[in-house]
Amino acid sequence: MKHWKQIATPALAIVLFIAFWEFIVWVNQWPNYKMASPSDLIPAYAKYWNLFLIYGWQTLWRTVVGLLVAVVFGTLIGMIMGFSRTMRDALYPLLVGFNAIPKATVVPVLALILIGHHDLNTVLIAFMISFFPISVAVSIGLSTLEPEYRDILRALGASKWTIFWKIALPKTLPEFFGALKVAVTLAFIGTNLMEIVEPHGKGLGHLFDSGKINADYPLMFAVLIALAFLGILLYYIVVGLEKIFAGWAERPQS
Amino acid sequence: MTNLIDIKGVIHAYQTENGPLPVLDDLNISVPEGDFCAVVGPSGCGKSTLTRLIAGLMKPDQGEVWLHGEKVTSPRATVGMAFQNPVLLEWRTILQNVLLPLEIVPNKMTKAQKEERGRELLTLVGLEGFEDKRPSELSGGMRQRASLCRSIVHKPDVLIMDEPFGALDAFTREDLWQTMHRLREEEPFTGVLITHDLRESVYLADEVVVLSGRPATTQHVENVKLGGRTDLEVIYTTEATDILHRLRHQIEIAQGRAKSEEAA
Repeated sequence: MKHWKQIATPALAIVLFIAFWEFIVWVNQWPNYKMASPSDLIPAYAKYWNLFLIYGWQTLWRTVVGLLVAVVFGTLIGMIMGFSRTMRDALYPLLVGFNAIPKATVVPVLALILIGHHDLNTVLIAFMISFFPISVAVSIGLSTLEPEYRDILRALGASKWTIFWKIALPKTLPEFFGALKVAVTLAFIGTNLMEIVEPHGKGLGHLFDSGKINADYPLMFAVLIALAFLGILLYYIVVGLEKIFAGWAERPQS
Repeated sequence: MTNLIDIKGVIHAYQTENGPLPVLDDLNISVPEGDFCAVVGPSGCGKSTLTRLIAGLMKPDQGEVWLHGEKVTSPRATVGMAFQNPVLLEWRTILQNVLLPLEIVPNKMTKAQKEERGRELLTLVGLEGFEDKRPSELSGGMRQRASLCRSIVHKPDVLIMDEPFGALDAFTREDLWQTMHRLREEEPFTGVLITHDLRESVYLADEVVVLSGRPATTQHVENVKLGGRTDLEVIYTTEATDILHRLRHQIEIAQGRAKSEEAA
């Protein structure tokens, strides 16, 4: 009963949203170049389903790889900043500055530096845009570890590595997953930025672009919805991982 | 007779922005094997620093700390620690929390033996049936019981406790005092108990050391002899009340509110 409700509630919300969307387009009698309605999207998917699969996969795998790099690199930077006060002071302004640069401006630069390496470029942008929250979360998680937690193991002669592995790392996991949920959506933005700003014939961004060129407005909306679908998919994979690795942090609802 | 814990002429200062802040000044404490020593003193007099020194987590600027006839220079596995905050790991069950030290301290116990040991201790403190619960499912008193089990699971020679019952309500605290006596009967260890509660110190300890205000030095040592009684009523006997009075007076001296007889 509980599981059934967990799926039914968000499903109902989505159905209501689609109905509302259809209704608002119908009431206003908007043409599809102004706002396509959900019923306009079905023919678009039916016509280009194979392209959605191919391009969707390209977007998905490049986002996931970018995200994985962000997890490794972000955790590493977060660890360095979490353990060393000096490194934290040194790296924070650099990181904030880097994060403040609009990634849309980095796209052409990167495309020039690594000219022709489209997959690498796309992965890099996805990584760059998404590692920041992970670094911050890990560094805050580690640096706010209460000294008593360290002392219970240190007093027994445990090594720094043991303390990290047995206490600091698991204690940081809830913050880490919180940041990863933000990073997932950011990584999609990164991938699509590269696909749209520097078109190279790959990914859903390219499909969006061709919809624009051919004035196929329902196709453009269909791409947006496909992106939203991939985002939700990846988000819930992260939620699943969080349940497995940091489920203990979830308090039973009273 | 050698003492298990010997603190000899320890001087320590913290470096702050306004220069060194002396916290311990010529501190001397000796605890014979098997004894329980309570350390009381005004707030901020360096009691917690003392626990970290005994545990080998810090080195004193001057003076020496000896455990079991060996000079303490670094942490050692023969020490157990308990704090006011039970610091249980939320992602582990109660039993897994209790067994944590056995994952660090070298030992030849099998997994089954470790679990048996953990369960035994949990039963001893009245946590039977809570082995597989998460810390968040337990009350404050229960968590502190589990924390105590963890601090002695590896059979340490020395148990260092830094106000372990400070955050508990009065009745829970009394329950835990009795648990402490039960633990000491079953699991002999030498203990240092830092506390603010004079009744607690008299009820639990064999000797009570009163520290002076900062920088702390050994101001007074009170031997507590209550005839081996461990029932709570013993706190209200004349012997105990007399000791409490003397300790109260010493604390007032430490706080600078009363003059010591020697000085007067």
